[in-house]
Amino acid sequence: MPPNLTAEPVIAARALSKHYGEFAAVDGISFEVPAGEAFGLLGPNGAGKSTTMKMIGGVSQRTSGELSIMGLDPERHGPEVRAHLGVVPQQDNLDEELRVRDNLLVYGRYFGLPMSYLKPKADELLEFAQLTEKAGAKVDSLSGGMKRRLTIARSLINEPKILLLDEPTTGLDPQARHILWDRLFRLKESGVTLILTTHYMDEAEQLCDRLVVVDKGRIMAEGSPATLIREHSTREVLELRFGSERNTTVAADLEGIGERLETLPDRVLIYASDGEAALEQVTARGLHPITSLVRRSSLEDVFLRLTGRSLVD
Amino acid sequence: MTEHRTGARPAAPSGTPGPGGAHPPEISAARARAFGSWYYAEHVLRVMNSYRWTILASSVGTPVMYLFAMGVGLASLVDSSGAGTFGGVSYLAFLAPALLASAALMAATNEFTYPVMDGFKWRRVYYGPHASPLGTHQIVNGHIIAVTLRLAVMSVIYFAIVALFGASPSPWGWVAVPVAVLSGLAFGVPLMAYAASLTEDKGQFALVMRFIATPLFLFSGTFFPLDTLPLLLRWIGWISPLWHGTELGRALTYGHAIPPGLAAVHLIFLIALTVLGWRLAQRTFARRLGA
Repeated sequence: MPPNLTAEPVIAARALSKHYGEFAAVDGISFEVPAGEAFGLLGPNGAGKSTTMKMIGGVSQRTSGELSIMGLDPERHGPEVRAHLGVVPQQDNLDEELRVRDNLLVYGRYFGLPMSYLKPKADELLEFAQLTEKAGAKVDSLSGGMKRRLTIARSLINEPKILLLDEPTTGLDPQARHILWDRLFRLKESGVTLILTTHYMDEAEQLCDRLVVVDKGRIMAEGSPATLIREHSTREVLELRFGSERNTTVAADLEGIGERLETLPDRVLIYASDGEAALEQVTARGLHPITSLVRRSSLEDVFLRLTGRSLVD
Repeated sequence: MTEHRTGARPAAPSGTPGPGGAHPPEISAARARAFGSWYYAEHVLRVMNSYRWTILASSVGTPVMYLFAMGVGLASLVDSSGAGTFGGVSYLAFLAPALLASAALMAATNEFTYPVMDGFKWRRVYYGPHASPLGTHQIVNGHIIAVTLRLAVMSVIYFAIVALFGASPSPWGWVAVPVAVLSGLAFGVPLMAYAASLTEDKGQFALVMRFIATPLFLFSGTFFPLDTLPLLLRWIGWISPLWHGTELGRALTYGHAIPPGLAAVHLIFLIALTVLGWRLAQRTFARRLGA
């Protein structure tokens, strides 16, 4: 189902802020999410992604600004807002003393759903999460990927139209991530609105129709992955390695090639619309890198440009 | 890991509620507002169900062991040295209500310490329901309801065994069961509030057991009347939910004479501690989960 952009947004935030004492975890962010969209919050650790998710999820109070989910204020209508949502937290919080299927049943009871609905629904969701064979297993016997899928299955027990996913694939191996993406994509196809945070660029490119790059509690950029790449980077990137000692000295001789030049300790990046042409210019200047690589610009280039390369602690 | 991407791919679960689908969110919210505490109690009871044999075995084993050792073994010595000290009843009858209440208190201590820290810190089980329509106060209520039921089940079994030993001559003896449950809550629920305020396990619960629960067990008129203690130590009994619960229990099981005013004080003390702990726990849970 394509996102219906004319309809009332299912989530609307205006100048949303959350302060912990002096520290502004979220500092006046505004965005809207239409029904059926997959919307991503991308940002380094500590950017305010999880805090934003908690406010949307109706479990954390905002300091100022406005927020509405399905037209409801989560602070005044907490249970009503939370009843609309499926939530996949950053850290699994399954009940490991219960069996796999029972985790789904007890969660469904929080929504007042009757057992006559929950029993077949739990089986359907276990099938969806590829956990049917584990239905009677103890949760602590599951692998990380299985626990994550069970958490997603649990979040779907009330058939929510909005699913909040806080770093859904962090810590999983590539196979487990791809299975999860596949499942999430299927949910999106069935019309569920996905809100997800991630710091994996490939995840954002795979899943998100639109995303915002968040840093230090503020939105740095907003758009579809393709738009963001177009607006904040070039079509291609030429990566050159001259050896760590020479990179800086050579950089001066590369001035003027491509649209932008970035010198890193281990390589020099030339942002250009045509990487091969840029490489020809480099060799024409008599410079011969040890290795050269032309690649398409990615969301990662955008992300690093907007949020910087220094380590976030 | 045997996970394959190919082969039969299950379709996404239907998102549209239809016949047989989930009821709309408005109904979920209304039901959670009305019955959320019970929904969470259901969860905790399911968890307890997974160790029900441990609960049942200790519910039967503990009284049988204590009643034989103290009420039969020790009692034969105590009773032969001339009764009178114990209000004219056998030592077994004197002891039984105290053991009943202290068993509830110990079980409550277990249920309201490590499981609470588990909910916040280790396996973070409270954060699951917290994201659902349930409110934080309902998580507290549900936990207390479930433990209350557990204490009730074990106290009923305990009392049945006490009665089999012939240690509850009064027809009102069974009322000692709810009194024992209340004694357990009066100690356990404030402990729940304390456990919820802890962010790190530095062995505090072991200290609580050693320096609070055990002295209360020993100096609450459990094995001998409180007034045989020097005045200097008697205050331990006065502040102990166990002493208040035991005194009420003795009045009920063998007609231990206490003035009605004092009986009311015992009852009010137990209720007050429970309510105070309950309010504090709700506040602490809300602060901790809503951060």
